[in-house]
Amino acid sequence: MTDTAAPLKLFVKKERIFPKRVWGKFRKIKWLSMVTLLGIYYLAPFIRWDRGPHAPDQAILIDMPARRAYFFFIEIWPQEVYYLTGLLILAAIGLFLVTSLLGRVWCGYACPQTVWTDLFVWVERIVQGDRAKRQRLYQAPWSFEKLWKLGLTHSAWLVIGMLTGGAWVFYFNDAPTLIEQIVHLDVPWSVLGWIIALTLSTYVMAGFAREQVCIYMCPYARFQSAMFDKDTLVIGYDELRGEQRGKHKKGESWEGRGHCIDCTACVQVCPVGIDIRDGLQMECIACGLCIDACNDIMHKLELPPDLIRYDTPHNQECRKEGKPEYFSLFRLRTFYYIAIMTVVGGAILFGLLNRSETELHVLHDRNPMFVQLSNGDIRNGYDIKILNKTQEDRIFSLSAEGLTGLTLKAQGAGELDAGSLLVFADSVGHFRVFAFAPKPETTRSDIRFVLQEKETEAREEYETLFVSGKQ
Amino acid sequence: MTKKQNEIDKISGVQTTGHEWDGIKELDNPMPRWWLIVFYLCIIWAIGYWVVYPAWPTLSGDGERGGTEGSQGWTQYKQLKEAQAEIVARKAVYQGRFDQASYAEIKEDPSLYAFALAGGKAAFGDNCATCHGTGGAGASGYPNLNDDDWLWGGDIDAIEQTLRYGVRSGHDEARFNEMPAFGSFMDTADIQAVADYVYAVAHGEALPEAGEAIFDEQCSVCHGSAGVGVQELGGPKLADAIWLYGGSKSDIVAQIRNPKHGIMPAWDGRLSDSTIRQLTVYVHSLGGGE
Repeated sequence: MTDTAAPLKLFVKKERIFPKRVWGKFRKIKWLSMVTLLGIYYLAPFIRWDRGPHAPDQAILIDMPARRAYFFFIEIWPQEVYYLTGLLILAAIGLFLVTSLLGRVWCGYACPQTVWTDLFVWVERIVQGDRAKRQRLYQAPWSFEKLWKLGLTHSAWLVIGMLTGGAWVFYFNDAPTLIEQIVHLDVPWSVLGWIIALTLSTYVMAGFAREQVCIYMCPYARFQSAMFDKDTLVIGYDELRGEQRGKHKKGESWEGRGHCIDCTACVQVCPVGIDIRDGLQMECIACGLCIDACNDIMHKLELPPDLIRYDTPHNQECRKEGKPEYFSLFRLRTFYYIAIMTVVGGAILFGLLNRSETELHVLHDRNPMFVQLSNGDIRNGYDIKILNKTQEDRIFSLSAEGLTGLTLKAQGAGELDAGSLLVFADSVGHFRVFAFAPKPETTRSDIRFVLQEKETEAREEYETLFVSGKQ
Repeated sequence: MTKKQNEIDKISGVQTTGHEWDGIKELDNPMPRWWLIVFYLCIIWAIGYWVVYPAWPTLSGDGERGGTEGSQGWTQYKQLKEAQAEIVARKAVYQGRFDQASYAEIKEDPSLYAFALAGGKAAFGDNCATCHGTGGAGASGYPNLNDDDWLWGGDIDAIEQTLRYGVRSGHDEARFNEMPAFGSFMDTADIQAVADYVYAVAHGEALPEAGEAIFDEQCSVCHGSAGVGVQELGGPKLADAIWLYGGSKSDIVAQIRNPKHGIMPAWDGRLSDSTIRQLTVYVHSLGGGE
């Protein structure tokens, strides 16, 4: 290092990006994707699904107080939350599969960060005008115009933030009831807290953080290149055709120069503020807006489109070497991903189809372990839990086997009979049961509780022990 | 560390602090702005905290336990009181009904029954577990409340009576009965004979003639003929498998010669009426209730 070396910059201050408006095929896909995804997000909690009188009628509901989760015909109890794990694995591998085939289309079109940022930029543009106007406003000193424009933008952002962030709570509460509560400003504090937190996070993430989330915070941006290979679609600038770039006057010949006129349209529309002509970059979210912008210019210049386009590194290579191009959809990694998804999906399906509607749990008393009765018999106490996952009240008969002379007696309020235990719909029946037997030869014996549904063939067994103390 | 004149670092262009360790110089970079903002916010937060919460001890002892009161008048003592009041309020939903209900009605009402068991279990742990064990299984000399052998009766009213007034407690209503110390007036051979008889009764063996006459004369008043027990007198049943002071022959001899007598305190006046009733339901539920 010499004395004259420029000081090293370790931290770059955030540069504000003002994406320019653009029309085209990919912009259309983005609008469509935004409307579809937001539509699903808002409307899904309002879909009804009749589950009878014992369960809520919301198709998609995570009922925290009652410890139940509903998804259309599926009902999940807390101990079955592993289905969620399966879903998350499916989502992750699905993302890998799509990424290896089509590149970062998730980032460009479907990621919530992208969708909401897009929405916020749209609001910004409606209030403040397009790129140049926004830039001027940003640099202008404070004035009444700047104040009301920025005020309106931020208010609109907050309202959208509230509407979008706020919608999350409908997945955890009965949506129509909650909306009524909100209208009457009678919202429970727990719900209000979530609405405020999600409103602010939407406002901050989509209003301010924007591309910084993709560049600095998103873990997926870090490892998505691991799913890439030479046949993955990425957005590429056709260097062969574009260079030498340079300004072009109308009527001039295109001989001996590239088709890129260095108009920077592709840079101006980019939501992450990169120049795609520098090659594939980590920041690129593959949204395709630069393609739309460039094609618009090419159309005006009456040149063929797709100077920038979705392409594979392999094809880019082939073109340089003058070989024919081709696109291969099926690669080894595609099959791996599909295979994993099939296995996980199959496991979930198998689990759901074979989900038992009845469960029996038996807990042997520890204090005391056993009781000797006056006639010399031994009595053991048990806590019995019977899970009735159906939507009907059911009557079960409980019996025990494995020891001669073993009998059961249920204990509790009212007249209880172990041979006839009522468990209400969609709930856990909790019973105390005593088992009696003449003192066995052994100090402890293995016995088996058998639960039989009165009307159907449903049958559950539970192995437990019968303690009888020293001989 | 050597103190040196401050200088500008050539690489970063930042002034050094003048500190140097083994040739490494410390740069005098300013604190990051976000860090400073957080730091100032913390200070503002702390000032707000002093105002809102009780924070400063004062000599005058203002506030509930001394110190400044805080603008909201919040203290942990108040919070505790409120939390306890809430528990009482939650209990009150059942308490009134429970106090009005008879034992039969409680047994028929699942919510009242659960209320009684919960309260009874807590009271049992506080007051009874010392002698009878946390699970009510008792110990040598302390009755097992889980079994079906009741000295003074195991139906719910008998249990309440025992609980309320105790056994040999000195209370006017207490259960009272004492076995005489036969060792002081009966010779060893007779004691041995009657012990053999009692042992045979308990184990369903052939009854030895030697002890029978003595048993009928001396013991059957309280223990019933053939040792079936007399609950009204608290006379233990001998013809069963349950022994308070041990069932071996030497245990039986010791008990005849110089018997031990346990004392159950009277809980009337020490525990509230409601608690005694909850305990009664709980003890009755342990499995041996008649």
